[in-house]
Order: sequence, then C-alpha cells, then structure tokens
Amino acid sequence: MNKKFRLIFFMVLISSITFAQENVFKYKKLPSVNIKDVKGQVFNTGSISNDGKPVIISFWATWCKPCVRELTTIADVYDDWVKETGVKLYAVSVDDSRSMTLVAPMVNGKGWDYTVLLDPNSDFKRAMSVGPIPHTFLLNGKGEVVWQHTSFAEGDELNLIEMVKKLNKGEEIK
Amino acid sequence: MMMFLFSMKAESQDILKGSEVHGSMQLDAAYYLKDNKMGITDSTLAGQLIRMNAFTEVNYSLGNFTAGMRFEAYIPPLTGYDAQYNGVGVPYWYANYKNSFIDVTAGNFYEQFGNGMIMRTYQEWTLGVDNSLQGIRVKIMPVKGITFKGVYGVQRYYWEPFKDYNRGIVKGFDGDFNLNEMITGWADAKVKLILGGSIASNYQHESTKDITSNGQLLTLHMPQNVANYGGRFNLNIGGFNWQTEYAHKINDPSARNNYIYKDGNGLFTNMSWSQKGLGIQVMSKWIDNMSYKSDRTIVNNMVDINYLPAITKQHTYALASMYPYATQPDGEVGISGTVTIHLPKNSPLGGKSGLSIAANFSQVNGLKQTKLNDTTAIGQTGTLGYKTTFYGFGNTLYYQDGNIEVSKKFNSKWKGIFTYLHQAYNKDVVEGHVNQYGIVYSHIGVADIAWSITKKLNLRWEVQGLWTRQDKGNWAAGLVELTISPAWFFSVMDQYNYGNNDSSQRLNYYLVSAGYTNHTSRISLSWGRQREGIICVGGVCRYVPATNGVTLTLTSSF
Repeated sequence: MNKKFRLIFFMVLISSITFAQENVFKYKKLPSVNIKDVKGQVFNTGSISNDGKPVIISFWATWCKPCVRELTTIADVYDDWVKETGVKLYAVSVDDSRSMTLVAPMVNGKGWDYTVLLDPNSDFKRAMSVGPIPHTFLLNGKGEVVWQHTSFAEGDELNLIEMVKKLNKGEEIK
Repeated sequence: MMMFLFSMKAESQDILKGSEVHGSMQLDAAYYLKDNKMGITDSTLAGQLIRMNAFTEVNYSLGNFTAGMRFEAYIPPLTGYDAQYNGVGVPYWYANYKNSFIDVTAGNFYEQFGNGMIMRTYQEWTLGVDNSLQGIRVKIMPVKGITFKGVYGVQRYYWEPFKDYNRGIVKGFDGDFNLNEMITGWADAKVKLILGGSIASNYQHESTKDITSNGQLLTLHMPQNVANYGGRFNLNIGGFNWQTEYAHKINDPSARNNYIYKDGNGLFTNMSWSQKGLGIQVMSKWIDNMSYKSDRTIVNNMVDINYLPAITKQHTYALASMYPYATQPDGEVGISGTVTIHLPKNSPLGGKSGLSIAANFSQVNGLKQTKLNDTTAIGQTGTLGYKTTFYGFGNTLYYQDGNIEVSKKFNSKWKGIFTYLHQAYNKDVVEGHVNQYGIVYSHIGVADIAWSITKKLNLRWEVQGLWTRQDKGNWAAGLVELTISPAWFFSVMDQYNYGNNDSSQRLNYYLVSAGYTNHTSRISLSWGRQREGIICVGGVCRYVPATNGVTLTLTSSF
C-alpha cells in the first residue's frame, strides 16, 4: 500500500512539473493554514494581504538570536519603510507552548509595530517549507512570493527595502 | 502508464493549472577525527569516520488538495543520535484535502491539542525527535468559532513499522470553542474567551507484564487503555492574556515511572500583560507522573503522545546553555516570570537610540512526596507509588535561573547585548545520575558587541565567562564573527575550560566556521572540537558527545 501510494504520488508530481504551463515552484497563493494572533484568535494565513502593497513575512522565535537581531534592526527603520512604501511585515513566531506566551510581552516590550502571529506547532512553517530560521519571504501586491531568504546578516534589510521599492515601481525581482 | 501520462498532457494545462510544488532539504555530514585529549580514540570511532543525517521533503498542492513526503537518510547517524536511526527510507507521507468545513489527512501528521499536555506530535530535526502519528485525522468546523478534531493512528518509532501491536494505537478528540465567534454580538467585545477540551487514549495489547523488582518477580496487570483528558481556557482582555490547561491521566504503569499505578495530573498556567514599552509574563507548572507514551517500555525521547514544555528560559549563548534544564515528566513544580522594558529613543534613560532590558527568573523543584504507608517505599513498583499534595513544592531543587539582559544601541555603528545569569542546576536529576554530582551553581556573563564597519560588512564579538566551583570548574569563551551581507559569514570560536580541577582536561574547544547563503540555500563548513553537552529545544534535550572533526551543513528550500 505504502509503495503504491508513493508511486502514484511521484507520478502526479513529475507529470505536474513536466506538463504544467506555469512555474510550479512559485508561490502564487499562500497556503491557507489556521494559526493564531497574539490574542489567541484564529488567523487564516490565506488572508495575509496589504491592499495591493508588498508584504514581508518573517519566521522567527523568541529564542532565536539572529531572528531577534533582524526584527530589531528593521524595527529601527520600520516607520520610515511604512511611510515610504506602504509595506507590511508579518512576524510569524514558531515558539511552541514553552515560550509562546513570551511573544506578546517581548514584541510590546521591544516596541515592535509588526503584525505578530503564532504558529506553535509549526503548521504554517511546514506548509511554507521553511527549514532553519530566520526565513524571510517577500510578496508582491498580488500576494505572490517573489523572493525568499534564509539567515540574517546586518545589511540584508537594505536589500529587502530596495526590492520593496522595485515592486512598487512594477519592476521584476530576480 | 505512458498512455496515461500522454493523455494527461492534453488536459494537464487545465487540470494542473494552479498546482504548486515546494520542499526543503537538509544535509548534516561530519568527518570525525581522533583526539586523545578528548578521549576520542580509534576504538571509540570504530572506523565510522564519515557520518550523515539528511532529509528531503516535497509538498505538492492543487487547490484544496495537498500531498507530501519526506525522505530521510542516516548513514550512519551522526554521533549523539540514536543508533536505531541507522537507515534510509520515507517515514513521512500524507495526502490532505480541506475546505472551510472539513480538513482530512491520511498518512502522517503533526497535531497539537491546546498546549500539548494531552497530545502533541511534532518533529525536531536537530533533536532527532519525530513522534508523528500515522493514520487518519479529521478536523470539522461546523459553525464559525467551533473546531472539532479527531485523530487515530500509530506513532513513528525510528524505522520500525507497526505490526503485532509492537506499540500502542492512539486515539484523540479535541473541541475548541471561541465564544466571541460563536455568539452574535460578541465579535467586537473587548473580552475574548476561548474554551477547549480534549481526550487522548492509548491502547496497548499486553494485559500483563513480568517485572523484576528488588529481586522479586512480579506479574503485573497492565491497563490496556490509558486515557489522558482535560480542559483549558484562554482569556484575553486587551493587553492582558491568561491561559490555563489542566490534564488528568489515569493509571499508566511504565518503565519511565517504575511501573506504579498512580494517576497523573498536570496544570500549566500562564499570564501576561503588555503595552508598548513594557511586557510582563508569569507562568507556573505542576506535573505529577505525566509521562505519556504509546509504548510503556520506552524511556527515551521517542513515542511521546503529550508534550510537557519546560518553563525555564531557553538560552543560546554557548556558556549560558552549558547547564540547560530538561522537563522531568515524573514530577516537577515550578514558577517563572519575565519582564521586558524598552526605554524609547531620546528619553532620559534611553539615550539617543533607546535601551531594552529583559529580566527573567525561574525555579523548578521536585514534588513533595510522602509514603503511602510504612511498608511501601516511595515509587515502589506495582503500588500506587506515593502521595502528593497539589502544588506542594518538595525540598529538592531541580533548577533555578535568574538572568538579566540589556540591549543597547550606542550609535549607528555600534550596539551591544550584555547578559548576566546565575544558575543552579541539579546535575543528578536532570542528567539521571544518582547522588554523584549534586547541584552546580554558576555565574555567567556574556558581552555581545556588534560593529557595522560598512552597511554590508559587520563584525561581532562575544566574550563569555562561566564561574563555578562544581563540576568542571570555570570556563572562558570568545567568538569573532564577520558577516558580509547578503552571502558570507566567517567565525572563530573558542571555549576554554581553564578552571578544570583535572589539569589534563583544561582544554580549548576551538571551532572555525564559514558559510555562504544564496536566497534559501545555505552551506556551512566548520572544523574543530565540540564539547560534550546537551542540546535542548522546548525542554526536550539530547545528549551530544565530545567530537573533533569537520562538519558540513547544507540547507535549502524552494
């Protein structure tokens, strides 16, 4: 049974890669997964949007030093980014029930203005094929993922905002 | 088959429009070297110099349908991973269909009820933990605000397939009720309340078991069905959040609890309040005999049905994580609190660029246990074990940690994070020794300073010290890391055990690393010594033996 299933799965996979018209490796639509906001309310990831403006999704955790460094660095310039480009950042925490309730106090404590979501059993992380964090996605106004990156080095944020500006001008991201 | 494919080609442009394929992979390979000073000899290496753990996961989606699989290879597993992982195969595959009413998964799945004290299946690659259920999961959302979940399956145990009841069959049911969504007019209320309840049940076939206790052979009756059930709530009022979960497990004699028949119970409660610039969080946990596995003979990290998170802070600096706490499922009681303050830019204390302070305290003790009667020892096999009073703190300290972290941006080029920690670590309890080491008290200091040389070029230093009179004595550590955005990093680290009582063990654990990132692909190579230690994620820990060698890590996703 197992083997048969795997074979069928591979067949569908290979045929879809070979025959589908469009590039199947591009996220044209975000997976719809029910996660939570910091008030504990259900949030469906299919509803991530920003009125036709670009969106940044950053997977992070309270215990992940480079993640916190990335969000702290962006927090310093986030007001300017929003004013200039209208971009919106969703910070998706993959903290599990050990540290999940530290997220809101930390976000508020640090004065971050992001839209913060909680993914305590990594359901959205898994659906987005995210491995190590930090992992950052950039979406265009249509909600298509146009760029993604793993890890953070100071200076990466400059590249990110450049791409947001390009998107606003209607330019392609390579 | 070819005919089928060709016929598909004609229609595929319509049928497969909108299909997407995504996935990820990771490869960790090591080449181990001999190191006489660390006690690594030809005989400990046993000729297996090259080892590798790797996986590739692929997910396919088309509209409401998703299917995926993960291939894993441990040939042989890296040192520190269980030898039973040795092998290659596809331990994870699934097909899922969902719409706004129903969500059905066949195959392997990861699921969490509430905080996980009743059921949580998850995967943690770095720990080698994967307790996924293989079977069927159905989620139903009959009306807005109500979610029912049912699961039925068997758990993964390395590569061993389920047959002849070689482990338990797990069933679970969960209901989640969001009152603000259910009740008309409550949607915009400031008070938000969510209630939930779950039950899990594990069936094991054997009804008796022969156990030798104190030289006596006992034939014990084994409960075939073991239930774990409970309820929870989440109350939110603006910046205030209060979350509580209680679980009760019926008698579950196991190798882990020395085959006692006491019921288990646990309470996890958690309050936080925050507003811009200030966050406060307190939590407490009581667990008594709450290990819950789908095979009662297993004592390691596999086949856990529930999840018992540690309430202590997870540290990541090398010396701060030398003595990490691991949850003691047999029983522990603890409290923890965290305060985070941000002093804004241009305030008297915040200075020109602001200042962040985070302080945290946690303490975990053993339970206060009393004997059942004069003739029964505490925890004696085949009995009800012991008596406890709910939330009774025992005298044995398991862990204590007080720490403060100050983050300061000095100007546009310089910033720093300064941390001080004081930890008390009951090495015997956490690592499972008997009256061998006692409690290790340590003071730890870390200075982490970053300098932006240019906008893309960054240099970071860590200077760390750990001072203790117990265990291996004092340590000093240093790290220099250069990053060039967006692609490169280079780092050199050394941990020096200068205070070891045994002068032959005053070793330097040096590690040189370099890495390259291109979008979502990252390759890193390091060479050096890894000290013996414990890696933990979420209070679940894995022992890592001392090694010397070259490690290659490759991660990618698409």
